[in-house]
Amino acid sequence: MHVHFLDPYRPRNSPIHRLDPRIKLVLTVVFILTNTLVPTGAWPVYILLFALILSVELISELGLGFVLKRSSLAIPFVLAALPLILTIPGKTLFILPVGPWTVQASYPGLERFFSIAIKSWLSMQAAIVLAASTSFPELLVAMRALRVPRLLVSIFGLMWRYLFVLVDEASRLMRARSARSGKSEAPGAKTGGSISWRAGVTGGMAGNLFLRAFERSDRIYMAMVSRGYDGEARSLPLPNIRPAHWVILITSLGVLSILLGFAYLFWG
Amino acid sequence: MLPAPLAMHIPDGFLSIQVSIFLWLITILVVGYALKRVGADLGERQVPIMGVLAAAIFAGQMLNFAVAGGTSGHLIGAALATILLGPWAATLVLTCVITIQALIFQDGGLLVLGANIFNMAIVAVTVAYMVFRTVNRLVGRRSWSIIVGGFLAAWVSVEVAALGTALELAFSGTSPANIAIPAMGGIHALIGIGEGLITVGALAFLSASRRDLLKSSQAAPIRGRLVWAAGLVLVLLLAVASPLASRHPDGLMWVASRYGFLNNQQNPLFKLIPHYLFPGVQNKTLATILAAIIGTVIVFGVAFGVAYLRRHKTNPGDDQQV
Repeated sequence: MHVHFLDPYRPRNSPIHRLDPRIKLVLTVVFILTNTLVPTGAWPVYILLFALILSVELISELGLGFVLKRSSLAIPFVLAALPLILTIPGKTLFILPVGPWTVQASYPGLERFFSIAIKSWLSMQAAIVLAASTSFPELLVAMRALRVPRLLVSIFGLMWRYLFVLVDEASRLMRARSARSGKSEAPGAKTGGSISWRAGVTGGMAGNLFLRAFERSDRIYMAMVSRGYDGEARSLPLPNIRPAHWVILITSLGVLSILLGFAYLFWG
Repeated sequence: MLPAPLAMHIPDGFLSIQVSIFLWLITILVVGYALKRVGADLGERQVPIMGVLAAAIFAGQMLNFAVAGGTSGHLIGAALATILLGPWAATLVLTCVITIQALIFQDGGLLVLGANIFNMAIVAVTVAYMVFRTVNRLVGRRSWSIIVGGFLAAWVSVEVAALGTALELAFSGTSPANIAIPAMGGIHALIGIGEGLITVGALAFLSASRRDLLKSSQAAPIRGRLVWAAGLVLVLLLAVASPLASRHPDGLMWVASRYGFLNNQQNPLFKLIPHYLFPGVQNKTLATILAAIIGTVIVFGVAFGVAYLRRHKTNPGDDQQV
């Protein structure tokens, strides 16, 4: 398995890709913040926000299919909000008999549930566009500019560099395990040990992975020291943000705050 | 990517802004302190060691084993990291893992990242540390203390982090407390068993191959007492909050009153306290909470007592280890 394909970054030459990473990160977070703050049931505002993120997706040339497929990741979590339909009191939508009890679904509950689901879906899309249109080194620059501690940014950078090495290592461990594990074709023949035995084997693999990582980190440290590393994270000064990008930032912030004001005015 | 831990990675839109910001503040403080602590401990080795180990935990979450009916158990790693690296380094490593998962793989939201780090890198680590240290103090340095301590630390860390997640959802009004808490607690009681078994497997492997790694991590608790106390407070808090929320006849009413309190800052705090405290022990919820607190205090009292007695029995050389 080549896990390099896990990296969601898709190089394109779109205006979204060329936008300064600092501005992209800020706008993504502000978009998600706006989503979170929009009151329940402000459907027209949700549609406008969706139109906004949809146009960004189209401009970014990432492909709608790609973004929408990835955004389905949030679906399992929506289950957590599902009971709201039944517990929020209000105008009854339908009554469902479940054994000895009757379950009452309410209109406000349904409204709240769908609001949460849509907000979450829109936020997810913004995060996907950010990750798919910004390379990791650019994200590190953005984090540095937003005053994330330098040391933490360096750790992120090193982690990213070795992430795929260690994921490959983990997949080699798994491949070795499946290569050693037989499977009987005979009907009813039980293969493999008990669940706790299997978990123990997996635990051994985890310990092995940890040990290899620990030893690797020692070698990496030695290599860094021999190249002159002294614990200081040095980086190039941040480039200036182009005036056009400032305009984009301010316009987008303006649009989002107008949408938010609109939402509070009519549905707050 | 991974179905089971996903249940704990809250996406954006599921937490209210107040809860998100509050947990961001705590997270920033704790992670900032952890950076300093680990820096003082590891010096210039901090970046390579923390970076590679964070990558290892990320990769380790891929390791899985078949349970039944197509489901699989896999490692989350908070307890393993805590036992091997100590609480501060583990917090740092898991913070990196969770941040990268959110930023790159959309496993968990960006605005709620603070809450996700709080649950999985702060609460889980703190509780795992407290449990592991307590078991070690109780049974001393027997060969199986690592196994028992590791299993319990892993199980409790998963369970408490899940209860924390459920409580945050309830506070935000996105999931009724009387459903979210039992559901999350129930599912993660099972997931925690898998986590415990894998953690034990990993510890057994390491104690067979590199015993020195396990010993060195146990011998050097960095401000261990502080973390231990914080773990106790967290467990106590959950013992109070979980039954309060889940036993309430209408979880939503409770959430709504809290939500209103957070939203409008109207000070119903003063109304809440007499409401919950003054009716006395006839109040069923209060009785549960009191029982939970008293139970916790008794358990830890006994634990401390035994640990104290052991201190006097063992030779002075052992004292430095405990």
